[in-house]
Amino acid sequence: MSLRLAARFARREMRGGLRGFRLFLACLALGVAAIAAVGSVRAAIEGGLKREGTALLGGAAELDFTYRFATADEQEWMAARATEVSEIVEFRSMAVVTQNGEDERALTQIKGVDAAYPLVGDMVLDPEIPLDQALATQNGVAGAVMERALVDRLGLTVGDAFRLGTATYRLSALIVREPDSAASGFALGPRTLLRRAALEGSGLLGPGTLYNSKYRLGLPPDTDLETVKKAARLQFENSGMRWTDARNGAPGVARFVERLSAFLVLVGLSGLAVGGVGVSAAVRAYLNGKTEVIATLRALGADRATIFQTYFLQVGLLSLLGVAIGVTLGAAAPLILSPLIEARLPIPAAFAIYPAPLAEAAIYGLLTALAFTLWPLARSEDVRAATLFRDAWQGARALPAPKYLIVIAALVALLVGLAGWFNGSWWITLWTLGSIAVALLLLALAAGLIRWIARRAATLARGRPRLRWALAAISGPGEGAGAVVLSLGLGLSVLAAVGQIDGNLRNAISGNLPDVAPSYFFVDIQKDQMPGYTERLENDPAVSRIDSAPMLRGVIAKINGKPAREVAGNHWVVSGDRGVTYAARPDPDATLTAGTWWDANYDGPPLISFATEEAEEIGLKLGDTLTINILGRDITGTIASFQEVDFSTAGIGFVLTMNPSALQGAPHTFISTVYAEPEAETAILRDLAEAYPNITAIRVRDAIDRVSSVLEGLAAAVSYGALATLLTGFLVLIGAAAAGAEARTYEAAMLKTLGAPRRMIAGSFVLRAALLGLFAGTVALGAGILGGWAVSRFIMETSFAVIWPNAVLIIAGGVLATVLAGLGFALRSLNARPAQVLRSKE
Amino acid sequence: MTDPVFQLQDVMLSLNGNAGLVEILRGITLNIAHGETVALTGPSGSGKSSLLMVMGGLEQATGGSVRALDRDLSTMNEDALARFRQGRMGIVFQSFHLIPTMTALENVATPLELAGTPDAFQQAEEALKTVGLGHRTNHYPAQMSGGEQQRVALARACAPRPAILLADEPTGNLDSVNGEAIMDLLFNLRDQYGATLVLVTHDPVLAARCDRAVSLADGRIA
Repeated sequence: MSLRLAARFARREMRGGLRGFRLFLACLALGVAAIAAVGSVRAAIEGGLKREGTALLGGAAELDFTYRFATADEQEWMAARATEVSEIVEFRSMAVVTQNGEDERALTQIKGVDAAYPLVGDMVLDPEIPLDQALATQNGVAGAVMERALVDRLGLTVGDAFRLGTATYRLSALIVREPDSAASGFALGPRTLLRRAALEGSGLLGPGTLYNSKYRLGLPPDTDLETVKKAARLQFENSGMRWTDARNGAPGVARFVERLSAFLVLVGLSGLAVGGVGVSAAVRAYLNGKTEVIATLRALGADRATIFQTYFLQVGLLSLLGVAIGVTLGAAAPLILSPLIEARLPIPAAFAIYPAPLAEAAIYGLLTALAFTLWPLARSEDVRAATLFRDAWQGARALPAPKYLIVIAALVALLVGLAGWFNGSWWITLWTLGSIAVALLLLALAAGLIRWIARRAATLARGRPRLRWALAAISGPGEGAGAVVLSLGLGLSVLAAVGQIDGNLRNAISGNLPDVAPSYFFVDIQKDQMPGYTERLENDPAVSRIDSAPMLRGVIAKINGKPAREVAGNHWVVSGDRGVTYAARPDPDATLTAGTWWDANYDGPPLISFATEEAEEIGLKLGDTLTINILGRDITGTIASFQEVDFSTAGIGFVLTMNPSALQGAPHTFISTVYAEPEAETAILRDLAEAYPNITAIRVRDAIDRVSSVLEGLAAAVSYGALATLLTGFLVLIGAAAAGAEARTYEAAMLKTLGAPRRMIAGSFVLRAALLGLFAGTVALGAGILGGWAVSRFIMETSFAVIWPNAVLIIAGGVLATVLAGLGFALRSLNARPAQVLRSKE
Repeated sequence: MTDPVFQLQDVMLSLNGNAGLVEILRGITLNIAHGETVALTGPSGSGKSSLLMVMGGLEQATGGSVRALDRDLSTMNEDALARFRQGRMGIVFQSFHLIPTMTALENVATPLELAGTPDAFQQAEEALKTVGLGHRTNHYPAQMSGGEQQRVALARACAPRPAILLADEPTGNLDSVNGEAIMDLLFNLRDQYGATLVLVTHDPVLAARCDRAVSLADGRIA
């Protein structure tokens, strides 16, 4: 009965239109739209990856071996199942070109292919010639194709010759599109593609050279990929083989997109939380305006439930409308912007309307709206009929009834639970949402604090009317200080945290490294080349330090006899192959944290020294056994010690070191880092590359630039997310300013009546807005620095220092935003004639 | 008659309302002498409150001339009018019109601050004691009864000891006991400071307490 009556009342109340609810709708719609758009783009990319899986992978399935080619048995197994097989080898090397007697060198990612390549898709070249023709040998010189970045770097033109190792090749075309490039993942150098057979005699691919061989399989159309995968796993168990198939053709990209979008959705949720503050403020303002109506209804006999339902229905309906607008915008924006987005994506995307991410955004929106509006709605029950004769909320409870508090808590828990479930990463979800909750709490406390401070400071400001009025307006009852500090503060907090994390990460990668990082990494140095290599560098006064170590690649296959993944889960140390070394003595820079090192001449059963931190994460103890698959052979060793390994200095760092006799027999090369004066770098590279054409030099500065450019893209994506949060914050701010406009007009009229000129009143309004913005900005900066520190310290594990330019921008932004929002409305207030304003209040 | 405080010559006021242009004052000519107490009376809508607003410079006359304390209000802009009121005019409204974000003390101190009074807060406190609210200085308007709010408004109007006191039905929102107390206070304060008082009222008893009553009807002096 009461619900039907409430629905009737609600309908009548809503005849007034949406006035007063524009902010409500905008906040909710913007938050939902941001999340829906991120989810839709993610679904589009995943759809594209799925649709193009075979083309991206370059076959229906791929078997990847590190350090070796497939054995005859393994090749036979593949041939028995596949309709066609293509063999590819990938490794890093140096491309060299001689021009005017000078050698120019550049790091390149070489891909040696067979005649079957590409099994799927087409290679697009410039000039438009078939791949066969481009890679053909002419006059005894094999053809090769390169990415434009490398061609430009080396100053080559089509038809020019260049060297890889000791062999010479002809650049026959530029790569415009390589169908399976996304499957290769992150590469330090641009691509050079040529026939694998043409690599014979180049001196590259020697024993111990670091390379990967990949076998792409064409499978019959009705093949169940899961069955073949299981069969392959069984067949190649402990061989170090890695399986990828068309169901997820570019796993690296898919994982990256998944993680980035999960993070962006969480940033979106913080935007929704800011929107929630606006929604709550809008409902509060609406209900304040309805106090007389509610009191009249109570006087006429409406019970508490009817009152609550009347307004709950209105707010519920508006929430649905806001969410619907948001979902529509979120679904439409990626579709409309698809040409732009696609142009910037290195992978295909299938833009369409995906119901799942839209539903996810809608659920977040509805739960947020409910959680944030229940509080003010519940208080509508407290309006009594006597309010008609006395001030509205005198004597009303500060908190809503316990039942509402329980429902609000349950809604928040549900929101967190769903976010974690949708997101897949409980840890990051709880961290993010926990941080938002802490930030909201801090900001709520800060809002109370600024009112308290303003109250106290008002006494000190006597004799300075502008400041005193500003302080009175901040501290006085019924003012929007809370909404301003909460909404702007949360938006700025997210932006500040992102700015601090981004800045610190950049510093960690590029800013701090030059002092400690080596100039070059040299890899693939053959054992017999080591004496000559060392001699060249030791005699160079510009070289301050050389570190060299034997380098093998191995997969940790078992821990104490059990499959490593069962014991260590997805820990990075057991996922894929890792660098393994051997040493007779401990590294003088490393600290042994437990156990003892083996004797220099020890030649008993294999012993292992493992990195302390990683061992703790996996749960390894002294005496545990590890089985490492190196070149298809299993070596089982016992952990004899743990040592601290510092991976942050870009020097040589191995998780796993064994005694020399355990590994010396296996074919391997050496890795070396050289610390030299920058001006000596070119000569070192020239001399070593000339003497040993097979070795690869990786300039640390170039590698850092490459990583930095990837990070830049990431930081930009996250900043856009944070900006959406800030935009919502600004909307709430405008809403708060609009809600306060009437009060400002009245205040201005009264002050004019008492003799205050407009400039003085305007000055007080500006001061008020600036003080609030300054405070919100400062608190946001504090929260942002705290968040940035926590993420840098505990997640990124980098050192942390406050990035001051960013910090100052945040505070200045806070002041500017509040002043702009406040002044926009204040101007109208200032120009209103006092008599009209006062008359309307009579 | 001593020098007039107010000289109104053929004052017209037209306002744009929803129903078009409404003529509110249609040629008011009125002089009020220094120290005089004048009641503006008349039925609702006769224009008495509007006339008071024009005299206070809160509304600009659309015709004629308004002189107060020998200054032509009709030629002044809004800021000049605001500055003119500083320390010279105190206005009391039917709906009190206290600034809700300020305490009683701050409300009363505001015109004193604007007039540049050095011990504004001390004087404001004295003024509040005079109206019997010395114990409620730190209360906000919302925490006070209507009678108390009007007493704060009265203290605010009188604290700078203005030459002119304008009161627009100051007891209109109060019960008879409170209303009477407020009027006693108003007249006492006026007597104390010797201000010129112009009072809009419906109450014939109140009008009778003034030196002169000016009756308005349909925007004209009847």
